[in-house]
Amino acid sequence: MPVLTPVSLDDAVRLLDAHPGALVLAGGTDLMVEINEGHRPIGSGGDPTVVVAVDRIAELRTWTVDRGADTVTIGAGVTYRELLDEPLASLLPALAEASRTVGSPQIRNAGTLGGNLGTCSPAGDGLPVLSALDAVVHLVSAAGRRDVDVHDLMVGVKRTSLAPGELIESITVPLLDGWQGYSKVGVRNAMVIATASACLVTDRSSRTVRIALGSVAPTVVRCPDAEAFAAGVVDHDARTVPDDAVARFGELVAATSRPIDDHRSTAAYRRHAVEVMARRLLRRAFPGRPA
Amino acid sequence: MTASVAVGARARDVVGTSPARPDGIAKVQGTFQFSSDLGGDGVLWGMTLRSPHPHARIVSIDVGPAWRIDGVAAVLTADDVPGSPTYGLISHDQPVFARDVVRYVGEPIAVVAADHPETCRRALAAIHVEYEVLDPLLDPEAAIAGTHPPIHPDGNVIRHQRILCGDPDVTGEVVVEGTYELGMQDQAFLGLEAALAIPDPGGRGVELHIATQWLHEDRAQLAACLDLPVEAVRLVLGGVGGAFGAREDISLQVHCCLLALRLGRPVRMAYSRRESFLGHVHRHPARIWMRHHATADGEIVKIEARFVLDGGAYASTSSAVLLNAITHTQGPYRCPNAVVDGWAVRTNHLPCGAMRGFGVVQACFAHESQMDRLAEACDLDPVEIRLRNAMRTGDVLITGQPMESVAPVERCIRETAALPLPDEPIGGHDHDPMRLPGGAGRTADEAHVVRGIGWGVAMKNLMYSEGFDDYSTARCRLADGQATLKFATAEVGQGFVTIAAQIARTVLGVDEVELDRIDTQIGSAGSTSASRQTWMSGGAVDAACRQVRERLFELVGAAHGIDPLRLAIDGTDVVDTAGELRVPVAEATAGVVIDETVEYHHRPTEELDELGQGRCHTAFAFVAHRAVVDVDPELGLVKVVQVATAQDVGRALNPLSVVGQIEGGIAQGLGLAVMEEIVQTDGVIRNASFTDYLLPTFLDMPPVVASLVEEPDPQAPLGAKGVGEPPCISSTPAIVAAIRDALRQVDGVGRRLDRVPVRPSDIALERQ
Ligand SMILES: Cc1cc2nc3c(=O)[nH]c(=O)nc-3n(C[C@H](O)[C@H](O)[C@H](O)COP(=O)(O)OP(=O)(O)OC[C@H]3O[C@@H](n4cnc5c(N)ncnc54)[C@H](O)[C@@H]3O)c2cc1C
Repeated sequence: MPVLTPVSLDDAVRLLDAHPGALVLAGGTDLMVEINEGHRPIGSGGDPTVVVAVDRIAELRTWTVDRGADTVTIGAGVTYRELLDEPLASLLPALAEASRTVGSPQIRNAGTLGGNLGTCSPAGDGLPVLSALDAVVHLVSAAGRRDVDVHDLMVGVKRTSLAPGELIESITVPLLDGWQGYSKVGVRNAMVIATASACLVTDRSSRTVRIALGSVAPTVVRCPDAEAFAAGVVDHDARTVPDDAVARFGELVAATSRPIDDHRSTAAYRRHAVEVMARRLLRRAFPGRPA
Repeated sequence: MTASVAVGARARDVVGTSPARPDGIAKVQGTFQFSSDLGGDGVLWGMTLRSPHPHARIVSIDVGPAWRIDGVAAVLTADDVPGSPTYGLISHDQPVFARDVVRYVGEPIAVVAADHPETCRRALAAIHVEYEVLDPLLDPEAAIAGTHPPIHPDGNVIRHQRILCGDPDVTGEVVVEGTYELGMQDQAFLGLEAALAIPDPGGRGVELHIATQWLHEDRAQLAACLDLPVEAVRLVLGGVGGAFGAREDISLQVHCCLLALRLGRPVRMAYSRRESFLGHVHRHPARIWMRHHATADGEIVKIEARFVLDGGAYASTSSAVLLNAITHTQGPYRCPNAVVDGWAVRTNHLPCGAMRGFGVVQACFAHESQMDRLAEACDLDPVEIRLRNAMRTGDVLITGQPMESVAPVERCIRETAALPLPDEPIGGHDHDPMRLPGGAGRTADEAHVVRGIGWGVAMKNLMYSEGFDDYSTARCRLADGQATLKFATAEVGQGFVTIAAQIARTVLGVDEVELDRIDTQIGSAGSTSASRQTWMSGGAVDAACRQVRERLFELVGAAHGIDPLRLAIDGTDVVDTAGELRVPVAEATAGVVIDETVEYHHRPTEELDELGQGRCHTAFAFVAHRAVVDVDPELGLVKVVQVATAQDVGRALNPLSVVGQIEGGIAQGLGLAVMEEIVQTDGVIRNASFTDYLLPTFLDMPPVVASLVEEPDPQAPLGAKGVGEPPCISSTPAIVAAIRDALRQVDGVGRRLDRVPVRPSDIALERQ
């Protein structure tokens, strides 16, 4: 299995163009598991699958802040470990909290945000955050560059709209003015696949509350009804929300989820869990009760 | 002070101290050779084809396409087994390869050998097996009721045993009952199954390097299947990374040897994690009904119980596990009357057999849950109810067997109760959200969390039971001030290699102790299981060293004209207890070789009769656990904050090793309490990986405060009881009781939580 190790984005794009069907390898924390489990055919005999390793490409491993646009652009090869470091952690607190829940220190050192998107598991911990933030994903291929809304990239369980030979270059998210956080339920206290997860972000300037859920539908889902309801009941300046509104918000979130029963949990518990997390996240964002 | 006193006073690694393990540094640094590291040039790889169906008839097997793949050296099926087509620890009911029928998902059908694991995988994929899928037997009750046709010539019931004790008709003023369930737990050792088989020229014999728990039992079963004389099969212990019962049954041993003998070339096999889940036996899932009768004061009058253990497709040790389960119905409590009915049955689930705790884990979850219910019904504290019923030496068990072991049950409970409770508030002094239930997932705030306390107390038999003579052999050779020990005791991580040397240093007054290779070039040591090796192999090493010492005293006595009976070991010297003589052992043994081999047998036991009466067990140990648990009731998430324990260890030969067993066992008990379970749907395992079979992490495992109750047992050769199993037995019910306690504080409602592992949904969604 030949492994190619380009050091520039241009080279990587060229190589992917020259080797249709090549596998992109970032941290390998998903891909190697799939290969070892035999879920990814790796070719045989005369036509071995080519692997293009992207972890040596400096452009993918950096991040930048655009103060004018109030955005952060994160290279696809930035690791969870790096997302936990300052100043990124303070700029994007929900992403840092989500990153902290990923695997173990070894996995956080190797695993990347781009890989999380590339795999597109409904349980991917970075994805509810990118969804709640309405991230824009920058793609590049021999055919050129294009930007997609993160929701258009995630099309199904472990399915993306990436075209063959297309690389995720980076992800742009807005710097919001307000509380944001991430919660994840699993059956143990660390290193666990999400049974259900939720990311809630608030923005004072646009007066919005947004919430995205993981592991309760084929892809990460947003909760438009709950968001619209929240916009009308929270006070962004006083950071208050009434108790009954918190309860209603939870119900609306639960109603959006479409969970299933599997060996990790039941649909009923998943629905219950997102309801509880939604309530608690909203309360964390708006700790006060209006007088 | 004289020089000799100074030497004697030097800290020596004798019994009662905690020297470092001889293999500790290598293991930490990664240089220790585990069985999966075995190999070498020209060694072929072996791999197993397994059944995808829980129950099917094999219509045909076409191995032709596998042979046509480049690099494939052998493809073997049931037709290629020269000797016994089946094997097993108690009854030989498990085929080396399925021939006509497969009985569980993962049952071996064929093995291949090839130049590379990838070639093996392709060869396996090329073998064509045609199946006629049959109706699987998945409900143990159907096996008992006889409503499902036999899935094996031996029938669907592996063992049915009753216990009838005292008056079956008495009743108590207070009656509590419940039905308890335990899921299937995996031993989850980290060192996966692996072996290297090296054939003798001409196929006259074979040497197998293997991670196992019992070299000689493997050898006997292997020789029968390979149709070789027992002496022609030589086993050498490969580096073992944990066992917990999963290495008692032979798994890849026969396959690996068959390939090596057929090819006349060394062959190695190594399981993946997924294959490991399929390739070894597991803890029996159980359904246990219990009814306790007591006086209004909470004194147990009678226990009624019915046990159903799902043995899976093959018998393995199911009959012994059932015996253990039902004979521990009463737990560490007096019980004058009992009616117990126990079944171990065959189904098309994964085969079950030995796992740390061996049937007692199942019984204990039921009897401890019952004790809490009894406490509630009698309006007593959980500690008080247990103290009132605590067993003592001399009490008679429900099998009629008198309790002859030291039985410090009351002391274990009181010492546990005296251990400090955690001084940390919920979330810790530093208000770290990671310390709340949900951990890194940050699901809870402190206000969402309640703390509970729960108790569990257990009795566990030590050594084998029911007439089994599981003796142990050891050899000691003393020459030039150095002792060399040889035994076939499987070192699986428990630390026998450390204490064997400590025993020799203590008895012989030497500092240099060499351990010979662990293999079958000496008599059996019995299995590293049933908490037995410190007692049994420790007893054998101690006895061999003592015999050597007697001979040494004879030599020294003769040389100095002193009655050998006056001689003793003091530090590293031979001294005359009634005179002045003091000779260093090194000097006394210069140019001398003393060599003794000893077999140590425990006292005989007997089988149970039809009414479940008989002195079936050898000895017992006891333990108490108190768990403190923080619970997020709404999400059903749990964080165990502390486990306190006082364990009856007889005598701690190596206190650090004892604490290691205690902490590890509690981690395993915690796993069963809140997360560890093999999930099977329609007979198909759904979580054969550590992604989905969850083990406690560092963040799940609480600090353990342990008190070692040392009352040397006069029956034990060194006063020391086995310590391996008790920690994982009552820690599980203690944690579940703590969860119930926390939930009761929320709304005053007593939750049953009568199934382990307790899932978040059981806490969050269960309404009773
Ligand atoms: C023990 C363990 C624990 C884990 N725990 C968690 C967890 O708690 N939460 C969680 O979300 N995940 C977890 N994971 C999964 C994994 O770590 C994450 O999904 C991680 O983000 C994957 O990143 P990677 O760089 O390793 O991706 P890789 O494995 O290298 O790639 C993953 C996929 O993305 C594609 N890809 C990678 N980079 C690009 C790119 N730049 N452009 C286009 N395609 C690309 C690859 O081709 C592949 O299909 C865990 C994995 C392991 C092994």
